[in-house]
This record gives sequence, C-alpha cells and structure tokens, in this order.
Amino acid sequence: MQGYVERTIASLIAASERAAIAEQVAFSEGALQRVDPRVKVAGLFALIIVVAASRRVRVIAALFVVAALLAAASNVRMRRLAGWVWSPVLFFTGAIALPAVFLTPGRPVAFFGITAITEQGLRGAAFLIGRAETASTLSALLVLTTPWPWVLKALRVFRCPMIVVAILGMTYRYIFVILQTAMEMFEARKSRTVGVLPPSERRRLASSAAGVLLSKSVHMAEAVHLAMRSRGFRGEIYLLQDFRARAADWCWLGGFAMLATASLWWGR
Amino acid sequence: MHIPDGYLSPATCAALYAGAAPFWYVSLQRMKRAFNTRMVPLLSVFAAFSFIIMMFNLPLPGGTTGHAVGVGIASIVLGPWASILGISIALIVQAVFFGDGGITAIGANCFNMAIIGSLAAYAVYRIVSGRSPIASPRRIIAAGVAGYVAINLAALAAAVEFGIQPLLYHDATGAPMYAPYPLRIAIPAMMIGHLTIAGLAEMVVSAGVVAYLQRSEPGLLKRTAPGAFDIGGAAGNLRLLWFALAVLLILTPLGILATGSAWGESPPSPAPSGLRALSSFWTAPMPRYAPPFLKSAAFGYLLSAMVGTGLILLVVLFGGWMLQNRNARSRAG
Repeated sequence: MQGYVERTIASLIAASERAAIAEQVAFSEGALQRVDPRVKVAGLFALIIVVAASRRVRVIAALFVVAALLAAASNVRMRRLAGWVWSPVLFFTGAIALPAVFLTPGRPVAFFGITAITEQGLRGAAFLIGRAETASTLSALLVLTTPWPWVLKALRVFRCPMIVVAILGMTYRYIFVILQTAMEMFEARKSRTVGVLPPSERRRLASSAAGVLLSKSVHMAEAVHLAMRSRGFRGEIYLLQDFRARAADWCWLGGFAMLATASLWWGR
Repeated sequence: MHIPDGYLSPATCAALYAGAAPFWYVSLQRMKRAFNTRMVPLLSVFAAFSFIIMMFNLPLPGGTTGHAVGVGIASIVLGPWASILGISIALIVQAVFFGDGGITAIGANCFNMAIIGSLAAYAVYRIVSGRSPIASPRRIIAAGVAGYVAINLAALAAAVEFGIQPLLYHDATGAPMYAPYPLRIAIPAMMIGHLTIAGLAEMVVSAGVVAYLQRSEPGLLKRTAPGAFDIGGAAGNLRLLWFALAVLLILTPLGILATGSAWGESPPSPAPSGLRALSSFWTAPMPRYAPPFLKSAAFGYLLSAMVGTGLILLVVLFGGWMLQNRNARSRAG
C-alpha cells in the first residue's frame, strides 16, 4: 500500500515539477525564447511534418542535430532533454523497433543462431527511432522555450477556433488544480494508512479516488461557470493578440522555411 | 495507445485528422446547444480530470499495473459528444505539452481514443444497462464492459493504422518507413496488451467510479440513463413481482392435477365440539374452492383462484390509492 500511494504521489509531483521547470526555462534567456511564438509554432510544426515526410534517414538525422543545437542555444540542458525526451522515446520506440530488425524480410547482414538481422529491418528501425526522437525533440523545444499561454495564442495563426484555444488554456490551468487535489487526497490517505493493503483494496482506493476527483471536478466546473458568469461571460471569447513580429522574427521565419523546404527536397 | 510522431505516414495522419474533424464539429455544435455558457468550464475541467486519471496507475490481477484513459467514465457521465471533446482536449494537451503522443498523430489518437472510444463506450453502456435503476449493480457491470470494449476497439483501430503502414509505405529496398509490422503482427501485438492489461485498467476505473457515484452522487449518472427508474430499484423489483404473480396465475391449473388433499387442511375427524359449533358461524361463498352454483369442480377451482387474486389486487390497489391520496393531501397542507 505504501509503495502504491507513494508511487502515485511521486508521479503526480513529477508532472507538476516538470511543468514548473518547463515554465522556468521558457522565461529564461535563450535563442528560441526571443523568437515570436507564432514563428516558433509555425517553424517547429513545419519541421515536425518534414521529419514525418522524409524518406531519408540522413535528413532525419540532420534535423535531429539541428534540434539539439537549437536546444543548446536556448538554454535547454542536454541532460534534461535526455531524461525527459530521448531516453523515454528510445526505451519505448526501441522496444518496438528491435524485433523488426529480425522480423523484416530482406537481405541478411548478420546472423544470430537461426535468425538474421536484415538490412531492411535495420533501416526500418532507424526510420522509426530517428523520426520519433527528432519529432519529440522539436515538440519539446516548443514547450520548453514558450510559455503555454503564448503557445495557445499562437495557435490562432492556424485558424484554430477561439473557443478551442480558450478551452485548452483553461484545461492546462485546471490540470494543476486537480493535480494538487489528487496529491492532497493521496497524502491524506497515506497519513491514515498502517500496514500493507491487498491489491483489491488498492484498486478500490484508486477507483474511489477517481470517483471523488470526478465529483469535485463537476462541482468545480459549476463554480467556475458561475464565477465566469459573474464577471460577464456570455459565451463569447476574446483573446488579446499582443504579439509583434520584429525583423529578427522574420529572419527566423525565413530560416525555418528554408530549412523545411531544403529538408523536404533532400528527403523526398 | 498514444501514437507518437513517426509511426504513421503524413497521409495517414492527414486522413485521420480529416476523419476526426466532422466529429469534433458536431460535438462542438451539440455541446454549444446543450450547455451554452457552461460548455467552456465543463469541458476544461473534465479534460483536466481525464488527464489526471491517465496518471493513476492501477494494480491489476497478475501483479502488473496499467492506467486508464477515462473514456468510459467520461462517456457515461457526460455523454458521447462531450466525451469526444473532453478526451480530445486532454490528448492535445498531453501531446503538445507533455510529449505523450505525437503532434502529427493528434488526429489519429483523437480518432481512436476520443471518437471510437467514446461512441463505443456509450453504446455498450446504454445497451448493457438498459433501463435498469441508477443504483442497480447492472450499471456497474455495464460501465466495466463499456470501458473494456471501448479501449479495445480504440486499440484495434490503432493496430490497423500501424498494420497498413508497411503495406503502403516502404523505400526502394523494401524497408518499412513508418510502423514496421504488418497487420498479422500489429493486431495481436496491440491486442494482447489491451485485452489483458489496459482493458482491465479501464474496466476497473469505469466500474469503480460508477459504483462510487451510485453511492455518493447518483445524479451524475442520470444524463446517460434517460429511461432508468429513479427510486433505488423499487420500480424494477415491482415489475418483477408483477411478472412472478402472472406466472403463478397461469400455473394455477396445476393444482387440478394434484391427487388427494393438502395435508393439515381437512378438519379433524371427529371434529371437537367447539369447532363444530363455530363452523356454522361463517359460511364462505365458495367453500373448499368449489362454488356451489358450478357443477364442474375443475372450473370452480379456477374461478376461485381468479376471484381470490382479483380481490387481493383490488384491496392492494385501493390501499395504494388511499395512501397516495393521503400523501398528496399532506404535501399540499
């Protein structure tokens, strides 16, 4: 029981800490932090699409290097990227790609007993891992160098409906409110628990905790709605558009466009 | 289940974005109509709740753990359209901010988990729970089955999306460019994990939360239970009793087939003098279930049964009517 509650609390705290660190990095000084969020969203999303579309491993590898250099220039520590992005992606995608090295039919390049590693299998694994690592690094760069509310405002560039942007913003805010509530619930339970509970009791605890959270969420939604109404909310949503693109931002946009186009052409 | 970037081709991702878009549009329109100004806070808070639920690791039978998506409970409490939007929002936040699921695969993840999952969960829940009362254990089973089916259908969709990649996208040497396994590997590989671990996690959360809500906040279960009886199962049980009574009435003629007489019902012979004196005090209109004006004993038996049950029903209905009148008067007063 102790282990279960502590693990759950630890994972909740980890998510909370990660968000806090991301925000801290986003407000620090760095190359990408100075770029207009609209340019960053457009540029990094374009590069992610190019990574997905590329038919050459070398192009994907080159974009990975570019992403790592951008991270270094933006005050994003390599150790943090390795811990948050590279290792989990390698662990997850590597586990999926590894059998493909043996199972994909093709020209054998090395033999292991009755099985053989094929060239096609290796290339397939390289595509999968390379794409997953590079795209994850690029999307992490966006979040680590841009405060979330700015990312959301920048989404309006893509004609994302205003109501969706508002809901995404509020969701992000209430994730931390509910996260805090969940942590307090588990802490309270931990302080009242002696000994080890059987798995069935742990399942019951998790279900009850989910039920209580649901109940609180519904009441919270009602309270938030009343608060919004009291401030004059009538269903229309307005967002302040206070971004101003400078000459440097246009240069960045040009750089992203050139890189994306060149990569797309090279990787076709 | 959360498909990362790089597993699906851009064309597949675009097709799934296009497939998800009409559902998002219809959901948004329905939500606007149904909730008006409540929609924004309700969806936001519910998406946040779904996000947190995905972080709860559940201990499962067999010593392993798994996490739920929350699609089952979202569909049961909010209905399928709100669930589609709520889960989609949670998946978008997960992909963009926490890197769980790819940005290019947001359409695919939303299509699988939010759309297929929500619609499947709602349909299964409605079918299995039927018109059972809100507090019925049948609703707990329905919620569990709904969560299990929903997550497995979503996994199946993801497996098919993975499985078609090597067929459609490979380079000149034949190397797969995206998810590398064909359907015959992708489907069992995905389904084994979901039929055993992830499905169980969703089932435990869905059933457990519904059981909790039945005890604590049954009102939250009413939105998706329009035909359910309100009063704790009493109406459902009453219907069952009426049915049992009808069966007993139909079986009444079986008594005619029985030989002899019921033990202990015949007067002792010779009867004590006191009992003999009382026997003439009241003469039943249908003595020994044989009305004197009927020649056929069998028909007399049946008629006695019908008259007897009819009288009991009349007395009960009259009593119920009296009680209702009295309650109505006391409420008005």
